[in-house]
Amino acid sequence: MSTLTRVPTEADVRGALGVVIDPELDEPITDLGFVRSVALDGGRVEVHLRMPTSFCSPNFAYLMASDSKDALTALPGVTHVVVELDDHHDSAIINAGLAADAGYRGTFKHEAEQDLDELRTTFRRKAHTAAMERALTALLRARPAVQVTELGTIRLWDLPDDATTAALLRRRAAIGLPDDADALVLVDHENTGYAPDRAPMALRRARSTRISVEGNAHFCRGLLRTRYPGSEKDQSPTKEHTS
Amino acid sequence: MYTKDGERYFIVDAHIALWDARPENQRNVHGKQFIDCFYDYHANLSPESEKWSYEEYLYQGGERLKRDLFEDGYVDHAIFQPAHLGEFYVNGFGQTEEAFALAQADPGRLTYNHHFDPRNGEAGLDQLRADAERMNLKGVKLYTAEWHGESRGYKLSDPWAYRYFEACRELGITNIHVHKGPTIRPLDRDAFDVADIDHVASDFTDLNFVVEHVGLPRLEDFCWIATQEPNVHGGLAVAMPFIHTRPRYFAQIMGELLYWVGEDRIQFSSDYALWTPRWLVEAFVDFQIPDDMSAEYGPITTAQKKKILGLNAAKMYGIEVPEELRLPDAGEPAVGPREPERADLAGAR
Repeated sequence: MSTLTRVPTEADVRGALGVVIDPELDEPITDLGFVRSVALDGGRVEVHLRMPTSFCSPNFAYLMASDSKDALTALPGVTHVVVELDDHHDSAIINAGLAADAGYRGTFKHEAEQDLDELRTTFRRKAHTAAMERALTALLRARPAVQVTELGTIRLWDLPDDATTAALLRRRAAIGLPDDADALVLVDHENTGYAPDRAPMALRRARSTRISVEGNAHFCRGLLRTRYPGSEKDQSPTKEHTS
Repeated sequence: MYTKDGERYFIVDAHIALWDARPENQRNVHGKQFIDCFYDYHANLSPESEKWSYEEYLYQGGERLKRDLFEDGYVDHAIFQPAHLGEFYVNGFGQTEEAFALAQADPGRLTYNHHFDPRNGEAGLDQLRADAERMNLKGVKLYTAEWHGESRGYKLSDPWAYRYFEACRELGITNIHVHKGPTIRPLDRDAFDVADIDHVASDFTDLNFVVEHVGLPRLEDFCWIATQEPNVHGGLAVAMPFIHTRPRYFAQIMGELLYWVGEDRIQFSSDYALWTPRWLVEAFVDFQIPDDMSAEYGPITTAQKKKILGLNAAKMYGIEVPEELRLPDAGEPAVGPREPERADLAGAR
């Protein structure tokens, strides 16, 4: 690595934050408008985050703030990182924990039992379920001959090479599902498929998951705009979950 | 009662509040944060013509409540579902005595449900027994993310919660309204997880569990539980106003609920004073699944609207419905999806 690492720019910082996902909404915090400010002084970075309400779940708020700090710390040229969460009912607790690099359990003390891996996993599974439904519903629309009962036989090689499929592949990888071309598409988180008589109901359930996740994202975006007038200019349209 | 196009609808607003969030009642900054959050909900989801000023929003009082519900809002009967929030408000958020007095003075139009907190242990059980007798309770409202000293929430499956449900059984409190909130210990888990509702509904089959705001933000998990448990119902508080801002999303919510849960276990709520019932009732009677979604979700029928707007809650609470506003009892399946043939998603193409 070069010893002459350049000083990071605001674009570098926002780019780094673009990999931080709101686990519940399955979208990057940069698109959602959750990044309130970026301040740079040489290699010192200070970022403030904001949430749609004071009472957004503190565990998700912590996850996003902590992931942001990790992403920025890994950015070349960064020497010091401050991430603060503004206007949240747990701002004091979370900001103190972030400043001390106390970790989740050190931050929330008696309120924490294990860590947030299980929570993260729960929502990665939901994100996969929603992405799976998008890909299969698109396939049903594109290929009228395919019966819903046959969905359990669809394999990755049957899907078009498009953004929806790419988004599904990323969400499969996140929960450890294989990416072989002959891997089944309609599977649960343990890679178990569905017989013809169970495939329609599996898709129907996946659809309700997708509706729930998308609905939450719309609601949170709207609440953020209400709470922080002008924040709409910091929001990017939902990329149909193809990002 | 609401009349439109020759159809008459009996209206039960199954979730209302008489709150006091004025600064003198705020115990700390969280009291302000809480009402500000509510006001943002109101401001974000209301039509421009229905927006209140922040000052109006802090406190309404009984006279205004009755006008908004009964004179302007078409409501025949309304049910108080108070949130205590004693850690945030000096005299609590829901005004117990004021609301109870209103219900006592007008029992034909108002029902008062109270609240309990299983973390109050034996003393709380004694209090519940006294409250049940004094208030003739048929229902309670539980807020599982209520802060309580060092604790920031409990689960319905906690042993102490079971003690309280056993007491509810003895006391004739059959309707348990559950509101999920964002903080619950341990914070490792999803605070909105509705799995504990599945447990209690299976263990207390003689109680009704009405999940407020239909499990949002976990609609899919709620639907999956409610389709299997015949004593799990959905309250439309907070889901209703999407009818204005996001009608397509509202159509999806209704489509999913009617498919998984069925028309007999969904209850209309304005969540007053978050929103007022008048515009919600008008909009819901006029609402229909958009044409381009009609293959995915069947149309919402007038009979379904009548059940959701009032008949379902009236049945649960034994509220007298005038003969001409009733519907014949239909034999809906108790559990399982309502139109399994629709699972083929033919219309999704």
